[in-house]
Amino acid sequence: MNIHEYQARELFRQAGIPVPDGEVATTPAEVEEIARRLGGGVVVKAQVHAGGRGKAGGVKLAQSPEEARAAAEQILQLTIKDLPVQKVLVAPIVDIASESYLGMIMDRESQRPVIMVSPAGGIDIEEVAATTPEKIFKLAIDPRYGLLSHQAMGLAFALYDDIKQVRAAARIMEQLYQAFVTNGATLAEINPLITTSAGEVLAIDAKMSLDDNVVERRPDLEALRDESAEAPSEVLAREAGLTFIKLDGNVGCVVNGAGLAMATMDLVKYYGGEPANFLDIGGSSNPEKVVTALRIITMDPNVKAILFNIFGGITRTDDVANGIVAALDQFSVDVPIVIRLTGTNEDEALAILEGVGKTALKDMDEAVKQVVRVAQEAA
Amino acid sequence: MSIFVDRETKLVVQGITGRDGSFHTRQMMDYGTRVVAGVTPGKGGQRFDDAVPIFDTVADAVAETGADASVIYVPPAFAIGAMFEAADAGVKLIVCITEGLAVIDMTKVLPFLQERGVRLIGPNCPGIISPGQSKVGIIPGNICAPGNIGLVSRSGTLTYEVVDQLTRHGLGQSSCVGIGGDPLIGTNFIDCLEAFENDPDTEGIVMLGEIGGTDEQQAAEYVRNHLTKPVVGFIAGQTAPPGRRMGHAGAIISGSSGTAAEKMAAFEDAGIAVMKRPVEVVDLLKARM
Repeated sequence: MNIHEYQARELFRQAGIPVPDGEVATTPAEVEEIARRLGGGVVVKAQVHAGGRGKAGGVKLAQSPEEARAAAEQILQLTIKDLPVQKVLVAPIVDIASESYLGMIMDRESQRPVIMVSPAGGIDIEEVAATTPEKIFKLAIDPRYGLLSHQAMGLAFALYDDIKQVRAAARIMEQLYQAFVTNGATLAEINPLITTSAGEVLAIDAKMSLDDNVVERRPDLEALRDESAEAPSEVLAREAGLTFIKLDGNVGCVVNGAGLAMATMDLVKYYGGEPANFLDIGGSSNPEKVVTALRIITMDPNVKAILFNIFGGITRTDDVANGIVAALDQFSVDVPIVIRLTGTNEDEALAILEGVGKTALKDMDEAVKQVVRVAQEAA
Repeated sequence: MSIFVDRETKLVVQGITGRDGSFHTRQMMDYGTRVVAGVTPGKGGQRFDDAVPIFDTVADAVAETGADASVIYVPPAFAIGAMFEAADAGVKLIVCITEGLAVIDMTKVLPFLQERGVRLIGPNCPGIISPGQSKVGIIPGNICAPGNIGLVSRSGTLTYEVVDQLTRHGLGQSSCVGIGGDPLIGTNFIDCLEAFENDPDTEGIVMLGEIGGTDEQQAAEYVRNHLTKPVVGFIAGQTAPPGRRMGHAGAIISGSSGTAAEKMAAFEDAGIAVMKRPVEVVDLLKARM
């Protein structure tokens, strides 16, 4: 789960990282008031889950509270990468003497958190990696010991010459690691980490992504979720324990298992169709989940046909069949449904479906071909 | 022959009295797996289905029964501890079915297991089956048949789909391994490829990958340099949008990396026959064996 900059700033602050003051606002009037309170120039930054905010006009400097208000008026009307800007962060302008990069990711290859620093800060780190990889310093952290002081100092010496700044940066690295571990992050980034003309080392940007499996069991982190950035159907699905991602096509897909769900979408595309969604009903046998799945898919007016692709293992196909029957009983589904099911209790499932005049195919390839054809006819 | 489990494997089930644990223990026993012990703290001394002795700790189970492999069906909050416990008790193979584990916790478990020479399959996986010999996990036994195809996959039901195709067309399997859909896993593609290459009864290999990470690309490189047996591959997620987690925590395209196109190209470069549809697995294998 991605969190906003103002939320990441707060988690960084909790870990002790020096972050300039700043407040979040939703209206230009609030922005003006915050700017007045902070005094001096401020930066107004769009809070959306998208990169390239600066280029999109989502970051503006203002020298007075009035200018800040005007900047907020513009930014709060923006849509950046399809996401309407609903919140802005207002923070004091700090004078910048140097900019560096400090980041941490969960690295799949070394199976450890990896810390990365670079004296080339303030710009896209992937660009630095591509053009001047020698300017990036990396270290895989052994989670049993954490980031050791000498390791942090070693990295900090790659950034600064002044020993005070080296010590300050090393401390920030250790604090960032704490924030990373305690919040189950998969990514934490300070870009840029700056020095001021007075010699202070500060984090003036904050980015964090969290492990969904940690968020699930931590109400304090769950509270950081911004549902306005999600399609309403996705929120509904998550609450029902379904994994659902809305797409732009017209073939609705209900599948058990993530890999099979992806393969089903791919096959829809292979036969010339476009999937309307990714939906994994999971491994458990629960007819109620099937009802919710159908309800969510039929919310999408683009959907012209629906495919069930169920390979019963732990999932009992008769439970799925019961779910389909229950759904059809509760609300009308106006588009054709193609059902493919095989595996555990398939004979019972077929009998249940026959009872309501439905048939099912056994073969995935056949079923996908058929649903694509039906969707095209209806379109 | 087979890889990682066979008819000699003596299994202890962690969480044997739970809802999932009890259901799948019965399925494993019906299949012929040697389930020698179960563990549920507080129920030591009882028997599961009047047959399998239950112990309070894995250490007790290993000491009394000589169990050398463990399967974990406990809820996510206990699964990390269950892996530490099994490794400490001396089993050599741990299969963790449990889904929803924190990646940060896995970073601590993995080196603990590696130092003790313990193989982990999973977490968030369907387990492993060596058809006709033993199944450890939740792969339905009835769709498998003994034979000489080795299969390794990051998925569950997609594995069943492909195994079913193989079996219905007379291609039995030496072993089928579901390595799991998480970003950090114990056994990876390369471990399985190496084992299948060294298994005299495996003659052809199927590798089912998906978007996210670079495991498939590294596996392709390994195939190019070390494998003599034919490999057929598939990548799920060609239509997946970037930046979204497609069910599996590991199935996410980050920036422009981890895409299906990139992985399929790596497969083709390494001489792996790429299936465009799951149904093509049979013809591609038969043409190469």
